[in-house]
Amino acid sequence: MAETHSLQDMRQQAAVAAKVFIQRDYSNGTMCQFQTKFPSELETKIDKQQFEETIRTLNNLYAEAEKLGSQSFIEGCLACLTAYTVFLCMETHYEKVLKKIAKYIQEQNDKIYAPRGLLLTDPIERGLRVIEITIYEDRSFSR
Amino acid sequence: MKSREYQQIDPKALPTPTQSPPSHQHQAVGDDGRTPRRKWEVFPGKNRFFCDGRIMMARQSGVFPLTLGLILVTSGLFFIFDCPFLVKHLTSCIPAIGGVLFVFVLITLLQTSFTDPGILPRATPEEAADIERQIDDTGNASYRPPPRTKEVLINQQVIKLKYCFTCKMFRPPRTSHCSLCDNCVERFDHHCPWVGNCVGKRNYRFFYTFIVSLSFLTAFIFGCVTTHLALRAKGGKGLMFALQESPGSAVELAICFFSVWSILGLSGFHTYLVASNLTTNEDIKGSWSGKSGEAVTNPYSHKNIFINCCSVLCVPMPPSLIDRRGFLPADEPAQTSGVDLELPNPNTKSDINVCVQGPKGLLESAALTPLLATSCPQGKPQTALPCPENTSALNSDPSLELSQRCGGTHHNSKTYGSTSPPLPTKGRLHKHKRASSHTPRPTFDDHVSPSSHDGNHRSTDRGHRGAKFATLQ
Repeated sequence: MAETHSLQDMRQQAAVAAKVFIQRDYSNGTMCQFQTKFPSELETKIDKQQFEETIRTLNNLYAEAEKLGSQSFIEGCLACLTAYTVFLCMETHYEKVLKKIAKYIQEQNDKIYAPRGLLLTDPIERGLRVIEITIYEDRSFSR
Repeated sequence: MKSREYQQIDPKALPTPTQSPPSHQHQAVGDDGRTPRRKWEVFPGKNRFFCDGRIMMARQSGVFPLTLGLILVTSGLFFIFDCPFLVKHLTSCIPAIGGVLFVFVLITLLQTSFTDPGILPRATPEEAADIERQIDDTGNASYRPPPRTKEVLINQQVIKLKYCFTCKMFRPPRTSHCSLCDNCVERFDHHCPWVGNCVGKRNYRFFYTFIVSLSFLTAFIFGCVTTHLALRAKGGKGLMFALQESPGSAVELAICFFSVWSILGLSGFHTYLVASNLTTNEDIKGSWSGKSGEAVTNPYSHKNIFINCCSVLCVPMPPSLIDRRGFLPADEPAQTSGVDLELPNPNTKSDINVCVQGPKGLLESAALTPLLATSCPQGKPQTALPCPENTSALNSDPSLELSQRCGGTHHNSKTYGSTSPPLPTKGRLHKHKRASSHTPRPTFDDHVSPSSHDGNHRSTDRGHRGAKFATLQ
């Protein structure tokens, strides 16, 4: 999670009012996807469309990380031939996409969530179990 | 009896993390007050960490030293005794091929043993409280609630997600809690004592490569030693003369002969699992075999062998979720260990179960069933288990969890104990029986003890392979 000025101010000044957890959506199997259902606690805080857009983008990014394509097939075969020692040397495709996701979450926090007194936690810090949204007490953070 | 008390998590009473004195602002520090602590130092599962968190294994290394030792000894004898003769009489490719296979086997073994198998970190206290609240909203909170399950629809199949009492979360599909390591592991295959680690989503491809290359290595060494002895015994000199000239070959021959069948069988079995996108755990439980009478198919299979293989072996390597080497922030709790209600006694049972992996693996595993029956009254599958640990670990299949660890333990004991095999897939049973034919059978009334298992380990050189095969069923 990146700390920006607005986020730092928020964390220092505001108390945590509540935490909302967006659970995983397993309807497509074991792929990492999160539920897009809009939680009731956020109804007064953020626009439903915005929220769903964020979750949907995250889901697409995770699908891209786990995608089984020709590139991952070639990488897998190459790794097997080298007894998987390449995993020790280079960054895996998944890790590259995780960095993208971290950047996206930071960007969303800066632009959309922090001004509304919310904070998205990168799911990787919660073991890809949940997206944790921290709701801070409303202290005139409105735009 | 159920000795686990249900205790609702009160968010206000969540344990306050005091890894460090309040004066340290940024990171939790160690005892000396100077070095920041890493997350692996406070990891709640039963794992061992080396190289400052870079390497991890199960706390019980099982017979991993034996596995390593046997591979090193056999290969060493091969290079010392057989290769010089074969290079002189045949070709110098032989040590080259042997060397490549040996290095492959060693690297994949170490990777299987030292990699995080896909452990799911335990839920944070707030998450756990949130889930508890959701559950209690739907049920009654006046007394201990029934085992918690959640149903999801995956590919038109209803899958039950079970709540893990230890990790305080609903387990994702195909995830299982390993009681030996005390962790939920994603795409849990089995706990393998031979590699001293669980086999799960992240290290299955290493494990599969290990057993396939080990089959090749064992078969190759067996063939080379046979050729070597045959060449030496040529000209009427006889086999005894050849063995006297090259005593190391006799040892190798014995080891390879006893192990090649079971390792080949194991590789074949896992190739079948990979091609059908199954885990050993699911295969043993018969999750998709429709034994309950319903028409169930594996919802995770892509219905294409090639795609199934790719999705198991070639999918991008998932990251480790436990962040072993991350630094512990001062204001965060380690994990949900404060409200952990696990009782210590199941651990002794786990130790006993782990030691089952002797050369007579199948038999010992079969013998475990009475042991299981004594410790947990309901030893049969599909019944709720009163053992506190297994309630969280296995939901209702304690004996099957055993079999996860001990391979074909329960599965094979079912085969032997009952007149008709429970599973419809004859191919697997055939493999099980093949492995069993190479190991002597104890009686089912034997209560296995760790010491007897160790004795079994040493009695047959590479017979552990048979056990491995059996156990990994």
